Amino acid sequence: MTDTPERKALRHRLTTRLWHWINALCLLVLLMSGLTIFNAHPRLYWGEYGANGDYAWAAVGSSQTLGYVRLGETKVETTGFIGNWRDSEGEIQTWAFPGWATIPSYYSLADGRRWHFFFAWIFSIGLAFFMIRSLFNRHVQNDLHINRSEWRPSHILRDIKNHLRLRFHDDGGVNIYNILQKLSYIGVIFILLPLMIFTGLAMSPAMDANWPWLTDIFGGRQSARSVHFIGMFLLVLFFIVHMITLLLAGPFKQTWAMITGGERKESGHE
Amino acid sequence: MNNLLTRRKLITASAIGAGSLLSGCDSLSRSPAFQNILGSAENANFLVQRALGDRLELASEYSIKDLSPKFRANGTRDPGTADYTASAAQGFADWQLRLTGLFGKPQNFSLAALLSMPQRTQITRHDCVEGWSAIGQWTGVPLKLLLDLAQLQDKAKFLVFHCADRLGGRPYYESIDLLDAFHPQTIMAHRLNGEAVPIENGAPLRLRVERQLGYKHAKYVTGIEAVATLDNIGSGKGGYWEDVANYEWYAGI
Repeated sequence: MTDTPERKALRHRLTTRLWHWINALCLLVLLMSGLTIFNAHPRLYWGEYGANGDYAWAAVGSSQTLGYVRLGETKVETTGFIGNWRDSEGEIQTWAFPGWATIPSYYSLADGRRWHFFFAWIFSIGLAFFMIRSLFNRHVQNDLHINRSEWRPSHILRDIKNHLRLRFHDDGGVNIYNILQKLSYIGVIFILLPLMIFTGLAMSPAMDANWPWLTDIFGGRQSARSVHFIGMFLLVLFFIVHMITLLLAGPFKQTWAMITGGERKESGHE
Repeated sequence: MNNLLTRRKLITASAIGAGSLLSGCDSLSRSPAFQNILGSAENANFLVQRALGDRLELASEYSIKDLSPKFRANGTRDPGTADYTASAAQGFADWQLRLTGLFGKPQNFSLAALLSMPQRTQITRHDCVEGWSAIGQWTGVPLKLLLDLAQLQDKAKFLVFHCADRLGGRPYYESIDLLDAFHPQTIMAHRLNGEAVPIENGAPLRLRVERQLGYKHAKYVTGIEAVATLDNIGSGKGGYWEDVANYEWYAGI
């Protein structure tokens, strides 16, 4: 409740805000154009090779009457959503992901690839720039660094309990992020997002010649493709949790803060 | 009240936003100017991927135990023309590979002539633009040998591969630049997994250009044309899929 006028530090730096929104746009386009690319061959394999005759650990099945997702031996019917859905004209389509989830909304692998690679460049340059800038302006050291007391299991447990009670705190104003936030932001920015770039590159035949170790790290091109897809899934999961916590913590104030910078000191709940 | 208005506006705006995002992306996809902007990523991919490695870096090679149980066929599975079917019936004994264009000594090679030349065998991974991969063992004549015999001229910048198959009424063709043409793994393959290349995989001759995606690996090759520019071939984009559907000429990713 107490607003200290002398402490007007911004909650989010300009670099953070700029990157946040550019990155959000990139990830949305990458997700949707990626689903277009996936629709060209909606099957996932482990190892170096994998084509229609080989065993897929995950696959989308389609027919004029039925759509389903198969994971291992488990089939889940998804008619109306995946594998069998109606387009805006009411026609049944049997591509894996529906038009509203893909860019472009009609099936074009070539166009999907163009969108994907163009935004992949913006995404990668943006991420690299943000990482370097955040080290130099000490965003990482000051806001994301996890100190020894935060690693204590009792501290983590308390934070989990607080989250479960839907109490989101900023650690008394010293840290702008609590331990769970720090862990998820570090995990996404420094692990998951780079993983998407590297698994993407590992699928490239030219990169396989340039950097054969890259494909090997992931256990083969088809494994890299599977990890790329799983990474996408985890990013969507992060987005959902991000949205839920945003809604619970005050969506307008928080969104406004990510646009204008906000104020570093929390003034409690409206 | 103020808050409520903002909220309502925000919800309406995001609903409109989500709808227009999709149709917006579609109209952008159909705009030539925007396609050019998106397509600029191809140049970046090309420059960076070529710069990252030794320019003659080899694609990974595998061992017999890594072979795909079945090498998937895609695209044309049988050209089906009268000429092709007649040639297939006699084991392609009359097949000719015609080297035309900017060569000092343009010439034809029969299949028998190609078989009598030095061969290269490689087990490589074929990566389709759709996302699947298959590992196969290919045997063929290094393209470099043919280019040297026919004396490729300095003016030549690209090689165009003309094919016996047609898709949607248009002849299939592909093209590569000279860096890929002289690459040691670039071969005119006539054997797959120790046997004559099956018809569905491009019999009797198929280009292998291992650092690029599958659609660059022209099947049923009847001719190699050396050119200074791709402008006058097909619709000028350097390949069948490039012409008809915006696929990138550089298919390294």
